[in-house]
Amino acid sequence: MSAEAALRVEHVGHRFGARAALDDVSLDVGRGRFAALLGPNGAGKTTLFSVITRLYNNQTGRVSIFGHALDREPSRALARLGVVFQARTLDTDLTVEQNLLYHASLHGIARSAGKERVGLLLDRVGLADRRHDKVRTLSGGQSRRIEIARSLIHRPDLLLLDEPTVGLDLESRADIVAIVRALVREEGLSVLWATHIFEEISPEDDAIVLHRGRIVARGRAGDIGAPGEALADAFRRIVSEPGRAAA
Amino acid sequence: MTAPTHVSKPVATVPPRAAPARIGRLDTVGYLICLGGIVRRELLRFFNQKERFFSALVRPLVWLFIFAAGFRNTLGVSIEPPYQTYVLYEVYVVPGLAVMIQLFNGMQSSLSMVYDREVGSMKVLLTSPYPRWLLLLAKLIAGVAVSIVQAYAFLAVAYFWETDIPPLGYLTALPAFLASGLMLGAIGLFLSSLVRQLENFASVMNFVIFPMFFASSALYPLWRIRESSETLYWICELNPFSHAVQLVRYALYVQFEPVACAVVVGVTLAFFGMAVVAYDPGRGIMARRGGPAGETP
Repeated sequence: MSAEAALRVEHVGHRFGARAALDDVSLDVGRGRFAALLGPNGAGKTTLFSVITRLYNNQTGRVSIFGHALDREPSRALARLGVVFQARTLDTDLTVEQNLLYHASLHGIARSAGKERVGLLLDRVGLADRRHDKVRTLSGGQSRRIEIARSLIHRPDLLLLDEPTVGLDLESRADIVAIVRALVREEGLSVLWATHIFEEISPEDDAIVLHRGRIVARGRAGDIGAPGEALADAFRRIVSEPGRAAA
Repeated sequence: MTAPTHVSKPVATVPPRAAPARIGRLDTVGYLICLGGIVRRELLRFFNQKERFFSALVRPLVWLFIFAAGFRNTLGVSIEPPYQTYVLYEVYVVPGLAVMIQLFNGMQSSLSMVYDREVGSMKVLLTSPYPRWLLLLAKLIAGVAVSIVQAYAFLAVAYFWETDIPPLGYLTALPAFLASGLMLGAIGLFLSSLVRQLENFASVMNFVIFPMFFASSALYPLWRIRESSETLYWICELNPFSHAVQLVRYALYVQFEPVACAVVVGVTLAFFGMAVVAYDPGRGIMARRGGPAGETP
């Protein structure tokens, strides 16, 4: 594992009562890398995200963000992190700008600096003309783009996205993927992208396959399967193998 | 996959960041900005929901104009501090009704916390880099700010109903409203951590709001209750809402009630402390409850 990791998860376990939602999970997201976290529904992706974002305590193991351990330096770790949750979390009664400024304030950004940042980010996600519209008037895809803008407001270095394209049409999905890939390419952002939609993953991305709370495969997305095997087929094969252990 | 033209702005390619380029602040000034943002959002939400504003205002006014007027001749109130003379029943109930607004608001804030947890905006709040207890305190202060706006709107209307409050009283009552709002908000905050789903909230209303309101000095002086039941009197005495009402009642007449103040401060600290524990990711409900669907037993 590289010492330069944007995100490092080491031997993390998490239990809900008797059931282990995560079992000895370790992974790295390198700086400036796009890493895809693949897993079927219920694999533990959202639990892992909740541990990384400190919504749940990491019961066992350790999480660090740019070298800042989440349990010892939570403020420094969270300050480097932007998150797009699976559920929609914008305030629909407020305008786009009010939502974004609220989030800026949560990171200690004064209004004047926040407004400037809102302008830049709305340009970035192609929604500058919707700045003063209420969020409830936006489509699902537009709301997602606003959530991405919101997650970037404090200029994080690591972005976590939990199935951000679920429920969106093809064009909106392509928009979201293109925006995030441009951020990786042009601004050096590190990304952990949870999904089960294979079209969103390129062969040169890092891929981590999570199944029943354990990592069952990892590597470059193009190398996960056997030679000539499509990622989707390899994924289905891997998760259907009984008693598959960590790779 | 092709990038849509409207999202790709030409930006120079840059290497991965070597050093953090943060623009937010993690110091006290940053926290005050954070606090201001949370209060502002709560006020924006409140003023956006016109019906919430009016229902918050109508409820105590119905009590004042109808209930109190009806009971005016039945319930005479004798001289007792802070009043210097006999007062009409309407005059007596005004402070209790103002604090009732805060009681409802405290519970409404906690209802919105449960809602925030369900829709996920609570997650967004908790990913802020500031310590969690400071975020909860900011949320509490935001709710209190809304409750004070409501209480003063009620007092403004009640002013035309011969409520007999000295002008200076409106000013001296402000810290009392702040204290009582913090106490009721802290109780609500703690309750919000116990309630898993929005649907369960109605029972909290029945088991918390109504007993607290009726078993208190809001509607009748406690000596009158003592005449009918010693047990009920002690229940009312032990009810922190009674002390919040008395603190505000005295303050509205430019007087200070130290016992009420001590009880209100003590109860606030106790419930806020319990809420902080409940929202701690390691110890409280966030760790044990609300696991994602499909990933919990």
